[in-house]
Amino acid sequence: MMREKDGIANDNSSRIAVAMSGGVDSSVVAALLHSQGRNIVGMTMQLWNQRRLPEVASEGATGRCCSLDDVYDARYVASQVGIPYYVVNFEDRFEQHVVKPFVQDYLEGKTPIPCTLCNNFIKFDQFLDMAASVGAGMVATGHYARIRQDPHSGRWQLLRAVDDTKDQTYFLFGLTQEQLSRTLFPLGEMRKEDVRELGRQLQVPIADKPDSQEICFVPNGDYAAFIDAYLREQGLEAAATEGQILDEEGKSLGRHRGVHHFTVGQRKGIGVARAEPLYVIATEPSSQTVVVGAGDSLFRKRMRVRDVNWISIAKPEQLLRAQVRIRNRHRPSFADVWVNKSENRVEVLFDDPQRAITPGQGAVFYQDDLVLGGGWIDQALSDEA
Amino acid sequence: MPSPRAYFDHNATTPLAPEVLDGMVEVLRDGYGNASSIHQEGQHARRLVDHARRAVAALLHADPREVVFTSGGTEADNTAIFGAIAATALPRKHFVTTTMEHPAVLHAADALESQGVGVTRVPVSGSGVVSPEAIRTAITPETVLVSVMHANNETGAIQPIAEIARVCRDAGVLLHSDAVQSVGKIPVDVRELGVDFLAVSGHKIGAPNGVGALYMRKGVACAPLLHGGKHERGRRPGTENVAGIHGFGIAASVADSALLSKANYIEHLRDEFEMSLMDRIPMVRVNCAQSPRLPNTSSLCFPEVDGEPMVIALDLSGFAVSSGAACSSGSVEPSHVLTAIGLSRQDARSCIRVSLGPSNTREQVMALVESLTAAVAHLRRLSPTMTSQGNR
Repeated sequence: MMREKDGIANDNSSRIAVAMSGGVDSSVVAALLHSQGRNIVGMTMQLWNQRRLPEVASEGATGRCCSLDDVYDARYVASQVGIPYYVVNFEDRFEQHVVKPFVQDYLEGKTPIPCTLCNNFIKFDQFLDMAASVGAGMVATGHYARIRQDPHSGRWQLLRAVDDTKDQTYFLFGLTQEQLSRTLFPLGEMRKEDVRELGRQLQVPIADKPDSQEICFVPNGDYAAFIDAYLREQGLEAAATEGQILDEEGKSLGRHRGVHHFTVGQRKGIGVARAEPLYVIATEPSSQTVVVGAGDSLFRKRMRVRDVNWISIAKPEQLLRAQVRIRNRHRPSFADVWVNKSENRVEVLFDDPQRAITPGQGAVFYQDDLVLGGGWIDQALSDEA
Repeated sequence: MPSPRAYFDHNATTPLAPEVLDGMVEVLRDGYGNASSIHQEGQHARRLVDHARRAVAALLHADPREVVFTSGGTEADNTAIFGAIAATALPRKHFVTTTMEHPAVLHAADALESQGVGVTRVPVSGSGVVSPEAIRTAITPETVLVSVMHANNETGAIQPIAEIARVCRDAGVLLHSDAVQSVGKIPVDVRELGVDFLAVSGHKIGAPNGVGALYMRKGVACAPLLHGGKHERGRRPGTENVAGIHGFGIAASVADSALLSKANYIEHLRDEFEMSLMDRIPMVRVNCAQSPRLPNTSSLCFPEVDGEPMVIALDLSGFAVSSGAACSSGSVEPSHVLTAIGLSRQDARSCIRVSLGPSNTREQVMALVESLTAAVAHLRRLSPTMTSQGNR
């Protein structure tokens, strides 16, 4: 299962840095690689100071990323496994490249995915640099995804995890060839139950710890409260994004307290009562308006995707047939992908209308298990071409 | 763990001296008396504590009755600061310290402030030395106490405590000095320094963690921090940590013997280390090099190289050094000491601290030079990606 990667011009290429979050998956990765006799070093990335923004901190919340408990767990696992272990501090860069864009996207009416930004700018960028700095040419993480090298073209390819319920390729569409060539995903071939079982076999002390689900720096998943608190901390007033709620004909139905409280497809908390259920159809950042309508209006066939990164294939000439996923739990759906020759964007035309195409989310292109590439949803387009 | 390892972090803590271990094992095995008891066992424990008190007093050139055992340097600092402030009847009180103190003093100052005591934190110049004139200026009619460390834990810069003591005496205010880093490394004489309080830590001089002492000048008023029995002449309640105190006493005697010749040996090693580094590595700076420094401490700045991976890479190669003070590892902020002496945040992040001890050899030091040279060269090769913060 484990492939040897070579071609790393580094004396210590045999050393592997394992990104340890304190969770089960990365702990098992560390224990597994160590049991295989690999020369590994464990590292936990300190990304966000949970003591910031005390007003959104939940009582007794534990198990979140970067909490002291998680660092404690990771350190404990590393000591039980018997590997050197360090905490590295990436808080500055995390705030700059993940938290600020996250806040900015919400204020612009988008629904961002900070995990992808974190993968692009932190886990597979600064962490790779840190690993190289300490003589580790390779990194390993607990992501559920597979990497292989195409024997003919030499191209590194990304594939969905064997365990489809845990597959994380949706968040990995920004990975470059260089990054893939230096990364190991030892869990990509395994099912979650097997990972836990392996953890027990390898006597990983936290093999039964529950999975974390939320965005790590947002306690209880309350994004709007986090954004309000962050803006206050930065000395900015959150009220600046309030505006009108319009129906699809442009008629005003009332006012809202900020576009960052809304996401496309949302039904609860709109604050306008109607006989039939109302959904957020779109958020329009320029006018700070929120457009609401019936559920049917959420379905669109076309969208524009920007900043596309091609992973398993070179940039296609023009038209590509693919299954496209528009959010993490979305089932990839067949579409024609029209590739812009000169720019890094594509237009996607689904065979069937898709519910809630949401600006700021990722669009990831698959051919069965193979991840062809992906980009950021710019906007849904009206159906007539 | 790769071995053999070379330990260059003596300002964080020191290995237990063999004599200390032997002495402590004996006490832990056989010396189970409570030093407050009337019986023979208790008297034996009492003798051990008093013997240790004489040894620590001798190291400080103090009277044994002026030495109060504590749980360590932090408690000694807190006792002096809160005790002196509490024992003063002034309606409004003021405390003066510096920006480069150990957290045991800085956070005590924060706590005083939240209790309504005025606090002035005197800045430090780029030399790493606080000027007595700046202390004089900071003193107000309400000032009760001044607290200035004897030697800084990160830079090793030695502060002009005797001059500051004259300033304090002129103004009629008390002076405390956190001498956790200087005791055992350079001669410390409380009379020459002219301090009213002086804090010492056991584990910095070859004793175990969990024991320290506060020198309190005879006759100075100081309210106890803890409330309990009449131990330590009512100045620090709690059944004595007899084995720890005994170990501390032995460590003090060991440190006291041939202190100057050991200091000379270490200083020679340290200077050779710094010279070799400057020969081998372009653009390395030694912080506070022009100031009087502890003989064992070398605070090094490698501009544009991140200190964090340097410390990790050296550790993986078998060398224990630190980036900034051990207490600040893992926190976001670059060392408050290095920014206090005027380094930019970036430069402060590019610093490591090498602190030698008597057991370090020339071979170890030269091996460290080799590894450090390789690590810095490796990091500088990578540095185009290291410094491209976000240009993807």
